[in-house]
Amino acid sequence: MSIDTSKVADSNRDEPATASKPSKVGAAATWADERLGLAGLAKKNLRKVFPDHWSFMLGEIALWSFVILLLTGVFLTLWFNPSMGEVTYEGSYAQLRGIHMSEAYASALNISFDVRGGLLMRQMHHWAAMLFIAAMFVHMMRVFFTGAFRKPRELNWVIGSLLLLLGTLEGFTGYSLPDDLLSGTGVRASDGFMKSIPVVGTYLSFFLFGGEFPGESIIPRLYAVHILLIPGLLLALVTAHMLLLVYHKHTQWPGPGRTQENVVGYPMMPVYMAKAGGFFFMVFGATALMGGLLTINPVWKFGPYDPSKVTAGSQPDWYMGWPDGALRIMPGWETHAFGHTISWNVMLPIIVLPGVMFTILMLLPFIESWITKDKREHHLLERPRNAPTRTATMVALMTFYGLLWAAGGNDLIATHFHLSINQITYFMRVAVFIGPVIAFWITRRWCISLQRHDNEKLLHGYETGIIMRSAEGGYSERHLPISETSAYTLTARERDEVYVPESETDDNGVVAPGSRVERLRSKLSTLMYADNVQKPTREELEEAQHHAEHVRELEAGLDHPASGHEFDGHNLHEVSDEPLRPGH
Amino acid sequence: MRLLNRTAGRVSRHRRSKLAGLVVMLLGLVLTGGLYSLLAPASAQQTVSADEQVAQGRELFLVGCSFCHGQNGEGVRTTDGNQLGPSLVGVGAASVDFQVATGRMPMAQPGQQAPRKEVVYSEDEIAALAAYVATLGPGPAIPDESDYSLDGLSEAEREEAISRGGQIFLTNCTACHGFYGSGGAMPRGGYAPALDEATPKEIYEALLTGPQQMPSFSNGSLSPEEKRDVIAYIGSIQAEPEYGGFSLGALGPVAEGLFAWLGVGALVGVAVWIAAHTTRTAKEKVDE
Repeated sequence: MSIDTSKVADSNRDEPATASKPSKVGAAATWADERLGLAGLAKKNLRKVFPDHWSFMLGEIALWSFVILLLTGVFLTLWFNPSMGEVTYEGSYAQLRGIHMSEAYASALNISFDVRGGLLMRQMHHWAAMLFIAAMFVHMMRVFFTGAFRKPRELNWVIGSLLLLLGTLEGFTGYSLPDDLLSGTGVRASDGFMKSIPVVGTYLSFFLFGGEFPGESIIPRLYAVHILLIPGLLLALVTAHMLLLVYHKHTQWPGPGRTQENVVGYPMMPVYMAKAGGFFFMVFGATALMGGLLTINPVWKFGPYDPSKVTAGSQPDWYMGWPDGALRIMPGWETHAFGHTISWNVMLPIIVLPGVMFTILMLLPFIESWITKDKREHHLLERPRNAPTRTATMVALMTFYGLLWAAGGNDLIATHFHLSINQITYFMRVAVFIGPVIAFWITRRWCISLQRHDNEKLLHGYETGIIMRSAEGGYSERHLPISETSAYTLTARERDEVYVPESETDDNGVVAPGSRVERLRSKLSTLMYADNVQKPTREELEEAQHHAEHVRELEAGLDHPASGHEFDGHNLHEVSDEPLRPGH
Repeated sequence: MRLLNRTAGRVSRHRRSKLAGLVVMLLGLVLTGGLYSLLAPASAQQTVSADEQVAQGRELFLVGCSFCHGQNGEGVRTTDGNQLGPSLVGVGAASVDFQVATGRMPMAQPGQQAPRKEVVYSEDEIAALAAYVATLGPGPAIPDESDYSLDGLSEAEREEAISRGGQIFLTNCTACHGFYGSGGAMPRGGYAPALDEATPKEIYEALLTGPQQMPSFSNGSLSPEEKRDVIAYIGSIQAEPEYGGFSLGALGPVAEGLFAWLGVGALVGVAVWIAAHTTRTAKEKVDE
């Protein structure tokens, strides 16, 4: 179709462009450019093209949440007093007046009740933190499911994983700062976690707390970590993450005109400036709404921290919920040896398990490329169904995570669904092992079925919804060929090759070095690829096309939609010239 | 005689009618109801003597409670040694008043928890039951409003009482009832109930008698003034506005996490919406 471009842009055709009357803005820009050399940089980067797809904007939610965290966090530092010195509360919250508490808690109450807009800022800060980590998770899922972590982006995956880890730590330190009963219980728990590490545990705890728990140093120390160390690292890593994104260029979905060498999309300026800027305000608005309408971490309800008290429903924020769940369902195993106790019941779920899970997460791209031996660059994304084993692996990990997560809320599940907390625990102990296996198996078969469906569409066309009756009285559904664009997109993927190791022995019957590793690789490669449905070959496609054309000739004139009133005279409108399911 | 026979015959013609049963029943009800209202003593207006009340309570007890608690409130054991209903000797009137006036007793079915439900007995009946059970052995009596009311205290004293009660609440109650009295899970399907419906009298009785899995806080461990303060604190949080907006059930971080994910879901929706609108969209997407 043609667009009337005269309304969109001017063209000076053959004449060279001439500078219009110099403006003040232009003069300022020239002044800056002559000193900073920004024009070259801006010219290149403002025109940088990014592909357009909703799933490419998920990381932005995390980025904008981070910006909101910085803004609201600065506000909070103006009023928060990170000190464990004891004071008597005399502020506005009547129920706590006259109670002894730390200065940190008193200032958190002060922010909530006596600083104008303070409670809103506190709640926005906390909601933004919850959104920040959740958005990082969603973004990570997208990257993994579409294979965007493959060469050359493995290191960016590692940086992203580190961001997730640091974000979690940052969240935990922030959760601990107000020194209320809930956060103090969390700090107490982490003290116990550290002490469960054999040999060095008690030393670690003493170093962190500057003596025996709780001491008077932990809040100022966590404060320094929370507002200086981790935000600094986060900023640096976010910068690296985005510089690498620009350097690698963004991945894109396959389609006509899109190759491994180009990026099809819109330029940064003005399209993504507007979109990303608008998105920032949407995220900000959502966070402000949540901060204004939904209570989060009502510290005044918890009261000041006191090691002698604990409350039901003491849970960490959601991102720490899964190790908490592991802790809740772990049997109480302990070993006593040489006068020492090794608390497997604490160490395994909360020290070993997160470490192992995080290592697996960081290594996922490297594990996959080791199995596939694929060293090519990939800038075109893969649909999740076209990598069934990869998709199934992540779904299994998500199931494991989700079950532990649910176990972390076992008390609320028990009270709200009228279940026994003991039964939930027994169920979860088994389910965390069996659930991921079932999820892996179902997802893998599901993906393979979807691949089969794609091939059906390619070879036999799409289902039109027109039921045909043959002369013999049999009924069948009419299929029509899909459009060339769709066919191209569906076939724009590579054929999977199962890795077959070279002969294990040489001519003289000597076993080749490393053949056992190669055999393992071959087995994993078989698991990964052998059951996948490959796209049809050129011959198959051509034959299918011939067949379709032949059928078409026979059924000429039947390619229009039916209103269903052809013979009863109740036609409300003419349908014969309407297109049949456009877009296929 | 013939006349009578004829009438009887006429009536008996209708005795197989569909409505006959209903008519007879209605007639019976009107008759008994009318007779009762004529002949029954106006007991509501009359003060019942203590002995009569106990006797009435015993009648009610034998019908409604004795199956599990035994005919003399001695408790009943099942054949495998479990308690069907515990002995009520010494539980006192306060316990009966708490259990029956909140609908927890009589239980609908045996189980881990006797839940709060619709009250079955009238106030007089509950008083009679309580009076009867109190005769089984000495136990705590039903508290009077003066025991838990803050009346007679100055404004400053009240505030002090409330904040002192808050500290007692956080030390002794939140471990099961949650930091805001929203309830919490107990082993094997039991739970500590939410306190939002609990009246001051019920809380006082629960503290005195320790119903179900709750420990009893006798006057030795929690003095009457301290009980009064806790009740005042619970009352103050029941009346408190939601400073931060919707409380999400005051359940802590699990509910907050749920809402955070709903928020992220909404923002993903926004991303889809932004991506669906390219530079040249007017309202419909341009077909290329």
